[in-house]
Amino acid sequence: MTVTAEGVTNVEATKSGALEARAVSAWFGNHKVLENVNLFMPPQSVTALIGPSGCGKSTFLRILNRMHELVPIAQLSGEVLLDNEDIYAANVRATHTRARIGMVFQKPNPFPAMTIYENVLSGLKLTGTTVPNPDEVVETSLRQASLWNEVKDRLDSPGGALSGGQQQRLCIARSLAVQPDVLLMDEPCSALDPTSTRRVEETIHDIKQRVTVVIVTHNMQQAQRVSQQCAFFLAEENQPGYIVEAGLTTDIFGNPKDDRTNDYVNGRFG
Amino acid sequence: MVPSQVTTDVPRTLLRTPTRSDRIYRGLAIGTGLLTLVILALIGLNLLLQSRTAIQSQGLRFLTSNAWSPQQAEPSFGIKAVLYWTIIIAFIALAIAIPVSIACALYLTELAPRQLQKPLRSLVDLLAAIPSLIYGMWGLLYLQPHMIPFATWISTKLDFVPFLRVSRPSFSSSALIAGVVVSLMVIPICTSVIREVFSQTPQGEKEAALAMGATRWEMIRTVVLPFGRGGIIGGSMLGLGRALGETIAVALIISPIFVIRPSVVETGANSVASLIALRFGEADALQRSGLVAAGLALFGLTLVVNTIAAFVVARSRSGAGVDI
Repeated sequence: MTVTAEGVTNVEATKSGALEARAVSAWFGNHKVLENVNLFMPPQSVTALIGPSGCGKSTFLRILNRMHELVPIAQLSGEVLLDNEDIYAANVRATHTRARIGMVFQKPNPFPAMTIYENVLSGLKLTGTTVPNPDEVVETSLRQASLWNEVKDRLDSPGGALSGGQQQRLCIARSLAVQPDVLLMDEPCSALDPTSTRRVEETIHDIKQRVTVVIVTHNMQQAQRVSQQCAFFLAEENQPGYIVEAGLTTDIFGNPKDDRTNDYVNGRFG
Repeated sequence: MVPSQVTTDVPRTLLRTPTRSDRIYRGLAIGTGLLTLVILALIGLNLLLQSRTAIQSQGLRFLTSNAWSPQQAEPSFGIKAVLYWTIIIAFIALAIAIPVSIACALYLTELAPRQLQKPLRSLVDLLAAIPSLIYGMWGLLYLQPHMIPFATWISTKLDFVPFLRVSRPSFSSSALIAGVVVSLMVIPICTSVIREVFSQTPQGEKEAALAMGATRWEMIRTVVLPFGRGGIIGGSMLGLGRALGETIAVALIISPIFVIRPSVVETGANSVASLIALRFGEADALQRSGLVAAGLALFGLTLVVNTIAAFVVARSRSGAGVDI
């Protein structure tokens, strides 16, 4: 089974930040959770991963920046190409890949003991990168995450003292500060109020010019609002998850080929 | 809006009738909590009463005098030197135990293969179950012969350091050897406290660091160690309490002296607990009272240390934005 996003020409694949999963399967111990997933995530656009809970979307996302292998019993097969190079190749360091492919988690996880300022720069510090103009990086990153106006007068207060929505945007700013090629977002708005959600969606819209975005979401309206491509994951009971259908978001929602996609995007199950 | 029926706009007193089991539980909890405090106070009071003869005989000299000669015609004894050596041995022990314990705890929580973590944890905990007499005998019979060449070497190479300079080349029964043995007894306690705190590091913060390209060590340095700082301090203080009170292992190893001098590698050291253990049997009424007074001083010292430890652990971060 091969499902690739339609409407994507190969010309775009040469640009920085193209991500492609080829024949990816995944296991936790003996339990297979993903079966032969093929997906092209083109640069300068947003790809949404949708599907019911437990269908392997988050696992797939964590495979894309090598977070999956941190679980002791996790295994995978297939390859993930970032600009046509396999991130799981023997000569590629996981730390290097993760610095290029950032991740925003479902639960906001700023470093609570660090100040807002330090939080934004933490990625640079962790990877040993020195920048000549840290103040500028902080401001740019916070502006990109549309948090600057709210925190510019209290950059020295701890990151843990912000509200949930602000914390999540701080995490986005932190990820953007290292200038990744790809940003993975695992249900970034599921713990946020509607206003913060709107802010995060605006942020996604703004940053997709520079960064390839892959977002897992349970919110169909959100997928429609923010994404250009969409992949619908499904798993039958006790079976590994797979992609039912992938393509342009307008097609998935407006003219789905598979009945199950049609049922899901119209809220008839899941 | 429909106005409510309640017309008076004053804060209402909320009454509640606790059930019988509530009352029993409350009583038990308060009772046992108070009981430990009462026991603590009674121990202190008892020590105070029994040491009254010695304190009356020596007055403030008990704290400022080095000598321990309670059986002379003109009895004179004080715990200054003994207390000094007690603290020196405890600090040597902690200087070794704290880094080793942090490394142990990190290995047990972050680095060891999952299947090994549990058995290794039990092994470290088992170290705490070995009687201190065994540590003492091991230190005396095995460690000491092996430590003497090291002590000789370090004191000749680094004789500009006051702590390592000796007046005569005699290196057995020193504070250093006692400190090393006590450190082994402190490590399991420190390790288990630090390990517990490390293991509670939020997974989300660890993943955040790793997802930005941090290596495992950078993740530990940025997330695990800052989170565990309270545990490190608390565990060390707890270890200090244990090290100050260690008796039989120290008594076996050291050769008691009653002078204050910097060298820790030279023969001779002391400790309050070993002094009591070695002298109590032969003591007359006055010396016995003096020994109880020494015990009282040790009791006060460990109480202060442990109280500080409890405060530090309690104030360490449990949520967000709190710093020590």
